[in-house]
Amino acid sequence: MQEHDAEKVRESLKLVFPPVNQELQRDLWPLMLRRMETPTTAVPWYDWALAGAVTVLFVFVPKLALLLAYHL
Amino acid sequence: MSLLERFTKGDADAFEDLFRQFQGRVYAWIVRIVRDRGVAEDLTVETFWRIYRARDRFRPDADFAAWAYRIATNLALNHLRRRRLHLENALPDDVAQPASPDAAVQQEVREHIQRAVSRLPAKLQVVVMLALVEERPYPEIAGALGIAVGTVKSRVFRAVRILRKHLVGMGVEHAGTRR
Repeated sequence: MQEHDAEKVRESLKLVFPPVNQELQRDLWPLMLRRMETPTTAVPWYDWALAGAVTVLFVFVPKLALLLAYHL
Repeated sequence: MSLLERFTKGDADAFEDLFRQFQGRVYAWIVRIVRDRGVAEDLTVETFWRIYRARDRFRPDADFAAWAYRIATNLALNHLRRRRLHLENALPDDVAQPASPDAAVQQEVREHIQRAVSRLPAKLQVVVMLALVEERPYPEIAGALGIAVGTVKSRVFRAVRILRKHLVGMGVEHAGTRR
């Protein structure tokens, strides 16, 4: 039954997601050089504040970690 | 001195050689997951940028391709997480019911399945694309995700169960037909 279900789902997915062209159409080295010249931005203070708040929340409500892990 | 040794010591020419040697493979891996050429190009560049920044931590006797795939997969996974959050806010729950079983019905069913996939947790979306759509071997997927083969199998099982529930709920046998 499980194999049968997997096969049905696989068939549907293959119809919905046709094969993508996996061939790289251009050389990405020029983009790479541009990326290397771009200065790395620092993490803004509010991201650190958010990370801190989430950590504190997990300390007080550990079950929330499971909920987050599921959604990630 | 080998190419990888030169790369770890910061030789820019060695990095360029590695980039040209592996950019196609890394891109192909990412596009299988994200299914968008523009995004895959950006993520390929980001993958190599991270590789470049972490070059001094790489051991020249290790498998460069495996390392690159691992970084690429994590970036693709992060992209799916962001896209999922965006879609959760943007997509309506219901699609208008067409009047007759024709091409519009098939289109509706396909949209439902696409939506169901895009609402899966990102880590399940990755295995759906790689294992079910692209039919990549489980050990290859496990290596790229840095997880055990058994974990890949259980994620495929969970994804199939969720998607099958959606299909059954819609009265769909497969994406082209409706009971």
